[in-house]
Amino acid sequence: MLLARDAIRFSWQALSANTTRTFLMLLAMSIGVGSVVILTALGEGARNYVTAEFSSLGTNLVIVIPGKSETSGDNPMGLIGITERDLTIDDALALKRHPKINRIAPLNIGVAEVAWQSRKREVSIMGTNHEFQKIRQWKMAQGKFLPKTDMSRGTSVCVLGADLRNEIFGAHSALGQWIRIGDRRFRVIGILDKEGQSMGMDVGDSVFIPVASAQSLFNVPALFRIFVEVKTREAIPKVISFIKSTIQERHQGAEDITVITQDAILATFDRILSALTYSIGGIAAISLFVAGILIMNVMLVTVSQRTSEIGLLKSLGASSKAVLNLILIEAILLSSLGALIGLILGQLGCWGIRSAFPDLPAYPPAWATLASILIALITGVLFSLLPAKKAAQLDPVVALSNR
Amino acid sequence: MIKLENIHRNFQVGDQAVHALDNINITINNGEYVSVMGPSGSGKSTLLNLLGLLDSPSSGNYFLNGNNVTELDENQQAVTRNQNIGFVFQVFHLIPRLTAAENIELPLVLAGISESIRKERVHNALDSMKLLDRAHHKPQELSGGQRQRVAIARATITEPSILLADEPTGNLDQKSGLNVIETLEQLNKKGITLIVVTHDAALGARSTRSIGMIDGRIESDIGASNVTGA
Repeated sequence: MLLARDAIRFSWQALSANTTRTFLMLLAMSIGVGSVVILTALGEGARNYVTAEFSSLGTNLVIVIPGKSETSGDNPMGLIGITERDLTIDDALALKRHPKINRIAPLNIGVAEVAWQSRKREVSIMGTNHEFQKIRQWKMAQGKFLPKTDMSRGTSVCVLGADLRNEIFGAHSALGQWIRIGDRRFRVIGILDKEGQSMGMDVGDSVFIPVASAQSLFNVPALFRIFVEVKTREAIPKVISFIKSTIQERHQGAEDITVITQDAILATFDRILSALTYSIGGIAAISLFVAGILIMNVMLVTVSQRTSEIGLLKSLGASSKAVLNLILIEAILLSSLGALIGLILGQLGCWGIRSAFPDLPAYPPAWATLASILIALITGVLFSLLPAKKAAQLDPVVALSNR
Repeated sequence: MIKLENIHRNFQVGDQAVHALDNINITINNGEYVSVMGPSGSGKSTLLNLLGLLDSPSSGNYFLNGNNVTELDENQQAVTRNQNIGFVFQVFHLIPRLTAAENIELPLVLAGISESIRKERVHNALDSMKLLDRAHHKPQELSGGQRQRVAIARATITEPSILLADEPTGNLDQKSGLNVIETLEQLNKKGITLIVVTHDAALGARSTRSIGMIDGRIESDIGASNVTGA
C-alpha cells in the first residue's frame, strides 16, 4: 500500500503544480474560517464590553425604580385604580436600617442651565449623596465628592464632570468657584475624573449636587432611582425582599416599585449577546459551507482534468482505494491549509478591530476557533468524497484513452 | 505465462452489442516477443487492456502464471498489475509536474516501497536507460525518445514479467522510435515477455511471434509458440 508520507507528498505536488486553483480554494476556505473567527470575536467582544460596563456600575448593586414594571392583571380598575406613590428621600432613609446594606444613594435627575461668567451650558443635573461616588467607583480628578451630610438637607455645593469643567472653565481653575445652576448658586468642590459614558449617563457632562438641593431646584420631591449596595452577593435576595416589604409598608401596602439587580440585567444581556454571537457564528459557518461546495466543484473539475493521470495511476497498480485516498488527502491538505490561513487572517482581523476600537475586547472564543477548523476540515473532506469517488471509479481504459 | 481461455469481451454501444473480443484462446510463454497487429477496431487494444488487467472479460478465463486473475477483486488486480505488468503507451502518459526520476519512481511509491530502496532502483533504471543526466528534468524538458525511455523505465521498475506496449513508437520520429524499440527488445532478451500492439508492419516483423486480429478474432498466429512448446 501507498505510504502515508508519499501520498501526502504526491498530493502536495499536485496542489503546488496548479497554483491558481490552489490559491482560489485556499482563498475560499480561509475567508470562511477567517469570517467565523472575526464575527464571533466581534460578538464575544460586544458581550464582554457590556459585561465590563455593568461591573463598572459597582458590585452587588441593587437598583430601586418607582413603579411596577409587571402588571398584575387582576385589577378590574386597571391603571386608574393604582395611585403610584413616589420614591422619597424618607424611603431611602428607611432602607438604611438593614444590616446587610452597605451604602445607599438616592438619585434625582433634571436638566438645567449651568453658567459661569458668560459661559452657559444646558446639562444633566444629578441630585445624590456622598455614597454615590463610592457605589459607582468613580475617581476624583480634583477636590472631593459631595460631603457626608443629612440627605434631607440641601447645601450649595456641586461636583462637575470632567468635560463640563473643561468647557465652562477652560484654562481657569474651577475649584472653589461659584457657578449658577438654574436660579441658584453652587460652589464647585470637586471635579470627577474622566469616566466617559456609563450606562446611558454622560458623567463627563453632568453636575452632581446634594439630592435635597436638586429637589428644591426642580421642585420635585420624587426620586428617580435609589441605588443600594449590598455587603455580600449572597445577601442580595434577602435585601431585595427587605426593600420590597419596607417600601410596601411605607406606601400603604401598595407594591409600586421595581427592584432590579445588576446580575439580572447582566444575565439578560449575556443571554442576548451570546445568542447573537452564536447566530453570527452560524452565518459565518455558512460561508464555510459555501467554501466546501466550491472545493467540491473545483475538485470535480480537477478529476476530469486529471482523468488520464488517474487512469495511469491505476495502470501502474493503484487500487481504487488508493486513488480515493489521494484525492481526499488533497482535499484535507487544502482545507487544513485554508483553515490555518483563515485563522491567521482572523486573528489579524481581530487585532485590527482591537486596535481600531480599544474598548471592544474582540477576542474569538475558543469554541469558535475550534469549530471553524473542524467545519473546514469536515466540509473539505465531505465535499471531496463525491469527486474522489468519481475518480476512483474511473475506468482506466477510458481514462487512458482520454488524450 | 499467459493463458486466455474462451475470452469474450462485449461492449454495448447504443443498443448494439459489439464483440470486441470473440472467443480468444492463446497462450504466451514467458520471455516471448509478440506483436499484435490488425486494423483499427479489430480488438487489439482491448486484448492488451485485458492482458494488463485494465479491463475484464465478459466471459472466459485469464490465467497469469497459473492463477485465474479474472477471479481477483479490484484491489488484488491492482497489486498484480503493479508487480507483474508494465505498460508503455503511445502518448507516454508521464505526469507533467513530476521529474523523470519521480515518474519512474511512481509504481514503487504506489507499492509502498521504502524511499531508500526506491532511490537505488530508480538510479539503476535511469542508468540503464542512459537518462541519469535527465533525472531531475520535467517531461516537457525531454525529447520524445527520452520521454518514452522514462516511460519504459517506469514500466519496468517493479521488474514485471510482462511488458505491454501500445504503439510505443507511434508518437516518435524514426530514429528515436528505433531506439525505443531496441530498448524494449533488450529488455525482452533479458527475459521479459514483450507484447507490442502496432499498426506498423516493419515493427511487427521484428517480433518472433505475430498475432493478427480482425473483428475481435485471432486470424493468424505466426511464430514461436510451437517452438517454445506451450
